[in-house]
Amino acid sequence: MDDILRIENVSFRYDDEDVLQHIDFRIPRGAFVGLVGPNGSGKSTLLKCILRLLKPQTGRIFLFDTPIEQFKDWHKIGFVSQKANSFNTGFPATVYEVVASGLTGKLGLFRRLKKSDEKAVYEAIDAVGMSPFVHRNIGELSGGQQQRVFIARAIVSKPEFLILDEPTVGVDVHHVQSFYDMLEQLNKHHHMTLLLVTHDIGTITEKVTHVACLNKHLHFHGSVQQFAQLKTEDVASFYGHHLHLLAHDHV
Amino acid sequence: MLEALFQYEFLRNAFIVGIFIGFIAPLLGVFVVVRRLSLIADALSHVTLAGIAASLLLQKKWLTTATLNPIYIGMAFSVAGSLFIEKLRTVYKHYQELAIPIILSGGIGLSVIFISLADGFNTDLFSYLFGSVSAVSRVDVWTIGIIFFIVLTIILLFYKEWFILSFDEEYAQASGVKVKTLHFVFIVLVALVIAASMRIVGILLVSSLMTLPVAASIRIAKGFKQALCFSVLFGEMAVIFGLIVSYHLNLAPGGTIVLLAVFILIGAIMWKKWKRG
Repeated sequence: MDDILRIENVSFRYDDEDVLQHIDFRIPRGAFVGLVGPNGSGKSTLLKCILRLLKPQTGRIFLFDTPIEQFKDWHKIGFVSQKANSFNTGFPATVYEVVASGLTGKLGLFRRLKKSDEKAVYEAIDAVGMSPFVHRNIGELSGGQQQRVFIARAIVSKPEFLILDEPTVGVDVHHVQSFYDMLEQLNKHHHMTLLLVTHDIGTITEKVTHVACLNKHLHFHGSVQQFAQLKTEDVASFYGHHLHLLAHDHV
Repeated sequence: MLEALFQYEFLRNAFIVGIFIGFIAPLLGVFVVVRRLSLIADALSHVTLAGIAASLLLQKKWLTTATLNPIYIGMAFSVAGSLFIEKLRTVYKHYQELAIPIILSGGIGLSVIFISLADGFNTDLFSYLFGSVSAVSRVDVWTIGIIFFIVLTIILLFYKEWFILSFDEEYAQASGVKVKTLHFVFIVLVALVIAASMRIVGILLVSSLMTLPVAASIRIAKGFKQALCFSVLFGEMAVIFGLIVSYHLNLAPGGTIVLLAVFILIGAIMWKKWKRG
């Protein structure tokens, strides 16, 4: 089996509230998975479990076919949080410094950046189109530009698996499309496996290869073609309200 | 001045210690400020005061401890205080800043009791409160020198981990950085630096040496490394000129240093405004 991620019967509860119930889920290598669900559906909790920031009460999680408790190669995983607009914008750090910090896990303790690492930093910044801003302070950039920097930080260690948690929150509409194009590029040309968490169910169906719908339970998990055949009512029933998602399929 | 520096050992000691703390206090202060922990320095300095008061009381009541330098007991209190703050921050997860006033008032309470038991203020205590040039002994120079090297070494070793921890704690955790251990080391270092700095600038003014040069530097710095360099530069400027001015004009060194740091801060703010046009 060549699964990047395998989740078996995972349940998670905060105090007395069930957040995730019996989740079974797998991501094959090379996939671009869109994980969608309404607010409060447990998307972020599931991500935190995958990143070992939270420990589920039951079930098992495998990363690269290794049980998560024994998993050591965290540099194979890149992570972009939705934090772009909530981080300390007064923080005195340049784009270069922020992106270079993405190598921390890969380098390990007491190691400093080598020439090849510095090259990788410039390449990552170039890949997200932020080269003109290398030595600017991160706080001086727009929300969309900051998010690109965070993508660069996530890909600088050349991860095989990139996880993005609502990356387009706070990014203005004009830049969302080019942002998704960039993700498609990473998936197709750099062979990165992507897991994109979003509540924006419409736009992503053009880009992803697989869709998973989460609302405490996993309601649907399959290829984007299968997803397109779902009836609007089915999706709306799990989402809890009506959606205009199919409109995007005709674009 | 230079002549006096060669002539009097106490003045030499004060300058050496001043240069040490003028370096490490703002350097560590950058991490303190960007993590929005500025007030921790204040809380810990008041706990340090309790330690100093305790050792002065011991000296007065039991002469055998007279050889024990108050700075050691001050340090022990400061480090213990830092551990309490960490504990309280986990107890009050949603009110993390609450740990600071708790420790601060606890520290003052203890100090006042120790001071009253020792029958009130004496000149020694006064010099710890407001800093003093003449009080710096050779033992202090050695102790503070060792702290200087410890702090510098640890910052160099863990630079990239502390950077990522300060910038984005969740991301640091997700990339496998040992967040808890690093934070623990960090807070203990802050406690040590505060205890070390109080000799010159005094307990009541210690926190300013960790925050004022940093406040000035983040106004004008491009990037984190530059912020570190400017902070150290401003810190050293304030300490060295502060000591010279206070010597010539016979002023309290702590106050002079802090006022110079305030002037530098105002200068940095105005420079930034002027540059923006």
